[in-house]
Amino acid sequence: MRAYTPKDDVQAKSYYTDRYYVSPQVPKQEVESDAVFAADLATIKAKFEVKEAYIQVKQMVVYINANDIYGVLELMRDELEYTQLSEMSAIDWLAKDNTFEIFYQMLSMNKRKRIRIKYFINKGQAVDSVNELFRSADWSEREMFDMFGIVANGHPFMKRILMPYDWQGNPLLKTYPLEGDEFAAWYEVDKIYGKEARATIGPEIRDTARVDRYDSERFARLGYEVPKGTKITDDMEKTEQSYQEDGGVFLIKKFDKASSVIVDDPQR
Amino acid sequence: MAQVTNRLTPFFENITFDRDDNELILNFGPQHPSAHGQLRLMLHLQQEQIVKAHPDIGYLHRGMEKMAENMIYNEFMPTTDRMDYIASSSNNYGFALAVEKLIDVEVPRRAKVIRMMLLEINRLMSHLFWLATTALDIGAMTVFLFTFREREYLMDIIEGYCGARLTHAAIRIGGVPLDIQDSFIDQLRTFLNKLPANIKDYEDLLDTNRIWLMRMEEVGTISKEMALSWGCTGPMLRASGVAWDIRKEEPYELYDEVEFNVPWSDKGDNFARYRVYMEEMRESAKILYQTIDMYEQCVINGETELMAHSPRYISAPKIDIMTQNYSLMQHFVLVTQGMRPPVGEVYIPTESPKGELGFYINSQGGPYPYRLKLRAPSFWHTGILTDLLPGHYIPDVVSIIGTTNIVFGEVDR
Repeated sequence: MRAYTPKDDVQAKSYYTDRYYVSPQVPKQEVESDAVFAADLATIKAKFEVKEAYIQVKQMVVYINANDIYGVLELMRDELEYTQLSEMSAIDWLAKDNTFEIFYQMLSMNKRKRIRIKYFINKGQAVDSVNELFRSADWSEREMFDMFGIVANGHPFMKRILMPYDWQGNPLLKTYPLEGDEFAAWYEVDKIYGKEARATIGPEIRDTARVDRYDSERFARLGYEVPKGTKITDDMEKTEQSYQEDGGVFLIKKFDKASSVIVDDPQR
Repeated sequence: MAQVTNRLTPFFENITFDRDDNELILNFGPQHPSAHGQLRLMLHLQQEQIVKAHPDIGYLHRGMEKMAENMIYNEFMPTTDRMDYIASSSNNYGFALAVEKLIDVEVPRRAKVIRMMLLEINRLMSHLFWLATTALDIGAMTVFLFTFREREYLMDIIEGYCGARLTHAAIRIGGVPLDIQDSFIDQLRTFLNKLPANIKDYEDLLDTNRIWLMRMEEVGTISKEMALSWGCTGPMLRASGVAWDIRKEEPYELYDEVEFNVPWSDKGDNFARYRVYMEEMRESAKILYQTIDMYEQCVINGETELMAHSPRYISAPKIDIMTQNYSLMQHFVLVTQGMRPPVGEVYIPTESPKGELGFYINSQGGPYPYRLKLRAPSFWHTGILTDLLPGHYIPDVVSIIGTTNIVFGEVDR
């Protein structure tokens, strides 16, 4: 049976994967293998439900319930010395089971340890803002809202941060195409001139290598140069090329086309 | 009377001026020369004093995280150059290190030494550029000319190594592509020997300069709590009383073998940050001298390997590709399909010149990262302006933006 691939995932996909290819795993260690992490986890477990915890690449990953996040981060900041929220964002698992995975990357400078707190939310569910605990969450949560459309409850200014305020769609969703959707393609035209101008202006040319040989506004054709804006036709006469000023340069003769030979035969 | 709006005046310009108070709203940027790129600040003013600041970013947003999800790992490397384009090797390095941790390969020692050289040269380039632009914003034209001269020497060295001056792409996943050129060490040593005198020149011009001191001292003071809460890292954090340097605390490469100090200050103002940057340049020079010795030791020991050996993920050396069929096949697969790291996730922080540059990679075993989050320090160093600017005056905005050392390639990604 063919493997199931979600139809609306428009991300780049490998064009060939061996049918029996089994990916290796990044090894996970038991939390008990590190005394500091084990103590931290015990403190969190005493107050909150921990679904899963392990150590991967020297950092502890802890899965908690979505509505415990504020409490857990408060506990970590005030009692466990995790004083910085380095980073937070989401991962789109909508195609798999209609959820987002949210991660918070915590740093303790005293212990020199990093912990990643994670939880899952359903599509359309909001998260609790931790802006009150860590001001760095102010912009992170706005970025997450911008990129995934996940609202943070209790955030003072839940507006888009990187995209324009009137943007539609969330760029980091797997369903959002890399080159943008229809709204993105016509954004400037619609905004400045209105939808009715689409036909007049035409779609944006995205082929960077495209050269229109009849365009005298932007391109000059060697040997067939015309003044800017002239209408170019196919039967144009070749412009005479001058290779040297009349005064001449010492030791260099003026290029004379008549007396020179242009070799056509590449096998000469 | 309310402002008349039309299609050309977007959302924020529609703020109406029909209030009764004296508050003036000033748009600072996005094309302001001292905004260091595309920063737009909405400043609410009472006379000349700022009562509310609203930094607006996104003018340089290129969607690098989205691009990363649609590229094979090696393909993404030149894109990372465009983040902090003042010190692009440090971005290359951060990404390469994260993928190396994901696929668990060990880089040969000689490559590590070369990488450290590149990283520290980039740090010097970045700090010199910072000093130049900040001093220029404040009006010290001479410092700008001096530092750009020195930065030019470093760019020449880098150009000799990788052919590019700004966007280096000089580091590969698993090592470095090339050995340093013959003249590299001599050029670097000549530069380093001159550097102390150069730094002294800048300090002579600035340290006791009345204008410089007035613009720097007691301006833009960030408390320790505020810096931690806002996720500040690098010189921003060290100038606020936290001596935290990832090179020292969580050493990567060979930083645990070199001798250097972590300069820090507990003042937290612009001047403290300036001093931290100046001292860091001296420390970088110290590290570079040691890496030269380490490199020469590698040559003596006959350690010539530059790329890790890991056939599953990394192409064989060119000589093998040219002579051995299996290496050629493996290279072909790795270039056309890309490496497939194991299923798992990593978050790897490195100390870039601006602060903690972290790469979070979630791999699902495919040739494209399932999710890649770029943790760029400047993002939060811009965010802190929200809380930092109120209470200051308009001229302070320029010097504060200067000392935060934000680069918009990195803020907007």
